[in-house]
Amino acid sequence: MADLEKRKAVPFRGGGFVHQPKLLTGPIVFICLIVFWEVGSRMGWISPLVLPAPSEAFEAFKELVVSGMLWKHLSASLQRLIIGWLSGTTLGVIVGLMIGLSSYARAGLSPLVSAIFPIPKIALLPLFVIWFGIGEGAKTATILFGTFFPTVIAVYGGVDNVDRGLIRMGQSFGMKPSSIIYKIILPGALPAILSGFRISASIAIILLVAAEMIGAEFGVGAYILLAGSLMATDQLIAGVALLSMMGLSVGWLISRAEKILLRWR
Amino acid sequence: MDLSLEKISHNYGDLSVLETINLDIKQGQIVCIIGPSGCGKSTLLRMIGGLECPDHGQVFQVGAPPADSLNPLTYIFQDFALLPWRTVEGNVSLVLEDHALSATERERIIVDVLQRTKLSEFRTTLPRQLSGGMKQRVAIARALSVNPAVLLMDEPLSALDSQTRELLMDDLVGLWTREPFTACYVTHNLAEAVRLGHKIVVLSRRPGKIREIVEIDIPLAERKERMVELEHKQKHLWNLLRDEALVADQELVDG
Repeated sequence: MADLEKRKAVPFRGGGFVHQPKLLTGPIVFICLIVFWEVGSRMGWISPLVLPAPSEAFEAFKELVVSGMLWKHLSASLQRLIIGWLSGTTLGVIVGLMIGLSSYARAGLSPLVSAIFPIPKIALLPLFVIWFGIGEGAKTATILFGTFFPTVIAVYGGVDNVDRGLIRMGQSFGMKPSSIIYKIILPGALPAILSGFRISASIAIILLVAAEMIGAEFGVGAYILLAGSLMATDQLIAGVALLSMMGLSVGWLISRAEKILLRWR
Repeated sequence: MDLSLEKISHNYGDLSVLETINLDIKQGQIVCIIGPSGCGKSTLLRMIGGLECPDHGQVFQVGAPPADSLNPLTYIFQDFALLPWRTVEGNVSLVLEDHALSATERERIIVDVLQRTKLSEFRTTLPRQLSGGMKQRVAIARALSVNPAVLLMDEPLSALDSQTRELLMDDLVGLWTREPFTACYVTHNLAEAVRLGHKIVVLSRRPGKIREIVEIDIPLAERKERMVELEHKQKHLWNLLRDEALVADQELVDG
């Protein structure tokens, strides 16, 4: 025990590189930014021509609510969004499953999907107007096409990643092919399908504004574009904030769905 | 129902993995297949249950399976193959849902197999909450629920730690003693083979051929107490395998 003085605690070297939930940090950053922006505008550091103060944008938003136009714009946009996204993802899930399950569908369709996916659907908007008319048809079609392709890719990627061992197990117990698809492959691909939904929902909101560029009287996108062409930047910011809130709500809804449907993880 | 393997041969490309395997699996017997890694024992098991097709030869069912057997050839896999989104009870009922059974009949089977595998308390538990040993018990319950004529077990205890393996071996012996089942049990663990096998088939390495068939006539229930006699058999098996295991170990992957 002569070496007692020489002993030394082993220094702690682990820890870090692990994420912990910090609930307040996000809202604090957001509020600081808004406060800084508001103060900057009032003090004259930020010219009202360049960027209107948050309070002005909020006034514009209040006007939207009071005049009753908010609901008109929102309902027009939501209708396009829901119809376009639902039909796009439904078709996407069906085609994605076909590509995931059948070698012929994969050989025939997956190059086509890869070829068309990167085309910005906005570039096709004039064509959609000719094909589907200048009314709701072209707008819904833009969203439909925009959401279809990422869904297809997410779904067949999900099907590819289902554990083959589980499928062999199903076969070894003599399960019907339809049962294997509904009870093993679909639930197994669900995590990938849901994260595909998250992406396609954001794409749908992006395309909404583009789709409302042509011949739309109402809609959040139409409101933003009109504000932009009138240089009414306060309205523009209010509209953009509205889009952002739509995005947040959709994200929240999908998180809820994941929590409920993927409880087993 | 017996199984009869006749002149099974199989190649992967130019590589001959199995060569003229002839083997009989008699009703009520546990046949263990052992061999060095890469001798094709798992491939052979997949062929016995019809999950893979041999290049030559065929597997025959001799005699009819019992009338109430829903799936005569039933596997138990090394990785359990449980659906993570289904509860214990859901995983068992999965394999019953495609059969014409009344709800009460299905319920009776589930209660029965969960009780036989000591899982009754865990009916509504999800697989991720269970230990490896419990997961394999669920897989065993699922296999028993279809009342198989032959159980095909592919290294069922290899993914478990040694204590759990010991417990599950006792469970398997208990299940067999109460109601003898027919099984083909693939393993690389000699201790498992001598504890569970009535007949131990030693395969040689590439091409897999039957080197020797060792029969053990000590009743399963007595084997734990008669370890000394088994030790002798186990040593004999190890002598058969050692040289080839050494070669298998030193072989380069794809070499």
